[in-house]
Amino acid sequence: MVWNRKIAYINLSTRKVVQKPVPKTMRQLYLGGRGIDMYLLFNHVKPKTDALNPQNVLIIGVGLLGGIPCLGAGRCDIAAKSPLTGAVGDSNVGGFFGPELRFAGFDYLVIAGKSKKPAYIWVQDGEVEVRDAAHLWGKDSIETQTAIRQDHGDEDIKCLVIGIAGENLVRFANVRTGMKNSGGRTGMGCVMGSKNLKGVTARGTMNLEFAKPEKLLDYCKEMNDMIIGTRWAKAQSRWGTMIIFSNTNTTGLIRTKNFQLNLLEDGQDLEPENIDRYSIGTAGCYGCVVHCRHRYVLKDGPYAPLFAEGPEYTSLGAFGTMVDCKKMETVLVANHMVNKYGLDTLETGGLIAWAMELYDKGIINDKTTGGLKLDWGNEEALFELIRQIAMREGFGNVLANGFRDAIAKIGRDSAYYAIQVKGMSNLHSDERPTPSFALGIATSTRGSDHLRSRPAVDMYGLPEEFLQELYGGPVSSDYTSYDGKSRMIWWQELLYAVTDSIGTCKFQTVFCAVHAPKWNEFSKLIQLATGMKFSKAQLMQIGERIYTVERMFNLREGFTRKDDNLPERYFKEPTPIGLPIAKGKKIDREKFEAMLDEYYALHGWNKNGVPTKKTLAKLGLNKEPTHII
Amino acid sequence: MQKILFIDPEKCTGCRICETACSMHHEKVCNPARARIHVAKWEAAGLYIPVVCLHCETPICETVCPVRAIKRDEKTGAVVIDYNLCVGCRLCVLYCPFAGAGIDALTGKILKCDLCDGDPVCVRFCDSKALQYVKATRANMIKMRKAAEKFSELMQKLLTP
Repeated sequence: MVWNRKIAYINLSTRKVVQKPVPKTMRQLYLGGRGIDMYLLFNHVKPKTDALNPQNVLIIGVGLLGGIPCLGAGRCDIAAKSPLTGAVGDSNVGGFFGPELRFAGFDYLVIAGKSKKPAYIWVQDGEVEVRDAAHLWGKDSIETQTAIRQDHGDEDIKCLVIGIAGENLVRFANVRTGMKNSGGRTGMGCVMGSKNLKGVTARGTMNLEFAKPEKLLDYCKEMNDMIIGTRWAKAQSRWGTMIIFSNTNTTGLIRTKNFQLNLLEDGQDLEPENIDRYSIGTAGCYGCVVHCRHRYVLKDGPYAPLFAEGPEYTSLGAFGTMVDCKKMETVLVANHMVNKYGLDTLETGGLIAWAMELYDKGIINDKTTGGLKLDWGNEEALFELIRQIAMREGFGNVLANGFRDAIAKIGRDSAYYAIQVKGMSNLHSDERPTPSFALGIATSTRGSDHLRSRPAVDMYGLPEEFLQELYGGPVSSDYTSYDGKSRMIWWQELLYAVTDSIGTCKFQTVFCAVHAPKWNEFSKLIQLATGMKFSKAQLMQIGERIYTVERMFNLREGFTRKDDNLPERYFKEPTPIGLPIAKGKKIDREKFEAMLDEYYALHGWNKNGVPTKKTLAKLGLNKEPTHII
Repeated sequence: MQKILFIDPEKCTGCRICETACSMHHEKVCNPARARIHVAKWEAAGLYIPVVCLHCETPICETVCPVRAIKRDEKTGAVVIDYNLCVGCRLCVLYCPFAGAGIDALTGKILKCDLCDGDPVCVRFCDSKALQYVKATRANMIKMRKAAEKFSELMQKLLTP
C-alpha cells in the first residue's frame, strides 16, 4: 500500500539520511505528488531563503496513484524555491522515474544542504546512499544516465539528472530523465547544481499493494478506454502535442518573432505531419496509452546522425515561430540540444526570441552579443546561443539568469519586450484573443505558464448549458469573452493541482478533452487503490488547499496582486493578423482586473489576493507552518 | 484453431502497462519485477522489445524439466508449469533462449506466462497492439503484409525518378 512508502530526508552536507513514514493525515489533506511537495516546501524552506543557498530544499515526490497501469500514472513532482522567479519552484515530469522510486520504497526525497564534491543519490529497495559523482560531472544529461547504467550493469535503472546547464547554475536548468522527459520549468536543475547534486537514481523491486487490486485493474482498463476514446487523445497519440499547432497557427494564437506577429506565415514545414519524415514511432511514459512523443532520427544533413525524442508543441514555438525559424529540422536539432544540456525549452526559446527582437530594434547590437548576428531565423545563431547559455559564455551568460537579471543588465526599454510573468517566460502562445488563457498565465503560482490552468476547453465553443454543468457556474462559450472565465481558470487550477498530486497526466484529464476522466473517476481510482474515500467536493477542496499553500508561499516571499499581471504589450498592442476572431485583439485592463477580482473571490482570497482567515480555517491552513512531518 | 501470442516490437511504445497489469493480475500487487513480461529497452537508441514466453511448439523448458512439470494447455495453447510438481530447479530459466521463464525474487517461484487462461491481460491492455492474441493464420497475414509493405516501399523508390 502507499502507506508503507516513506520520506527520506537527505542532508548532502553531512550525508545523513533519515527515513520517516508519510503520515496518513498528509495523504488526506494533500494526496501526494505536488500536494505533499507544496506542504513540505512551505514547511521546510524558511522565508526569504536564497534559492541557491544550501538551506533551500529540493523535494522529489511521487503521485498518490503512481504505478497504476492507466492515465500515465507515473508522474513525479520536483519542488524547491525557484532560482528563476523566487516564487514556488515546481516541475512535473513523466517518464519512468516516479514509479521506480516507489518500487524502491520511497514516495518522497527531501534533499537539503550541499555536497562538498559532486554527488548523486542512489536509491534501491529501501536504502538511500549519497555517492560520489566526480566521474559524471561535465557529462550531458543523456551521457550521465548511460554512464550510471553502465557502472551498475543495469539498463533498468531510472535516473533524474542535470546536464551541464544545471552544473553551471543556469537559472532555468531543468531536471531530466530518459531521452526527453524533463522537469522543465522554474529551474529545478539549477537548485540541484547548487547542491553539487548530479542526479538521483532509483531501482526497485518492492511490491506496491492496493486496497482492491482486481477491481482496480479492471477500472484502469476502463480509464484507458475512456481517454483513448476521445478524438483529442487519438490525434495526440499520432502526432503528439504538435497537433495543437495546426489549429493555433491557422487561427492566429501563436506568437511569432517574439511577440510581433501572432501566426507564422510560410510555417508549413512546422505542421505536425512533417514529423513523419523523421519519426520511427511514438513512445509513451509509464502507464500511458496516448504515447505523445515521437522517436525521431536525422539521417542526413550537418547534424546527422541524430536520434532523439519529441518535439513538443512547445519546441515548435521555442525554436520555430518565436525565433522565426521555419524548418522542422531546426526544431528537431535545437530540441535535442537543450535536452542534452538540460535547459528548459520554453525559457531558452523565450529569451532568445526576446534577444532577437531587441537586436531587431537596435536595443542590443553586435557589440552586446559578442558578434552573434541575432537576425530572425538565423539557425546557426540560435544553436550557438543555446550553447552559450548552457556554458555561460559570452552573451549567453547575460541570458543565463533569466529575464529579470537580463533586463537589469541590458536596460533601456528591454523590459517592455519581455514576454514574461513573475520572471518566467511565457509559452509561445498569444493570449490576447483569449482572456481565459491570459488570466491563467497571470495567476499561475509558478510564473507565466500554461500548465497551471490552461482551459483548452474554451476553444471549442461548447454549449453554455454544458459549460455551466462542467464548471458549476455560468461560463461564456465565446473564447474572446471575459464572462465566467475566472471560474474556468479557478476550476482548472484545482483540477490540475489534484492531477499533479495523484500523479496522472494532465493530458488525460479535462485539458483538451471534456469527456476525459476527472473528479469522480479520480475519486474511484483513489478508493480502489488506497481505500481512502473522497467526494468530488472533497477533492476540489484538496485542490484549493494545495493552490492556497502555493499562494501563501509566494505571499511570504513578497509577491502581491501586482505580480498577477500580464506583459504590458498585452494591453497595448492589438494582434496584427489571424482569422477575424483573433485579429485586432488586446486585453482590456479594466475587464482583466474585474476577472482577477472574481478569481480571487472564487478562491476565497481578498482583493489583494491574500487568503482570508475564513478560507484558511476552512482549509485547515490557519496553523501552518506546523512542521508536522 | 489455436491462438498464439503475437509480438510486434515495432508497435511497442514502451509504456510498460503490460508489466504492471501482469503483476496485478497474477500477484495482486503492482511490481514489474514480478511480472511475466518485460519490455527490454535500449532507451538511447529508441528500441523497445517485449520479452515474454513464446510458448514454443517444442518447448526447451519442457525438454529440460527433470520432473515433467511443464505441459501444454490444449485449450489455450499455453506452455504452463504445474506448480505441484515444480521443484524450482530453474533449469527452464537457464535453458530458455528467449528468457521466457524467470525467477520471482520474493518467493523463489518460477515466473512464466500462462496466457491468463486464454485471455492474456497484457494483450487486453496493449492499446498499440504490440501484443496480440490471434489465430496463427492471422499472425501470418500480419507478417506478410508487413513484408509486402517493405516491397512496396522498394518499388516506389525504384519507380520514382
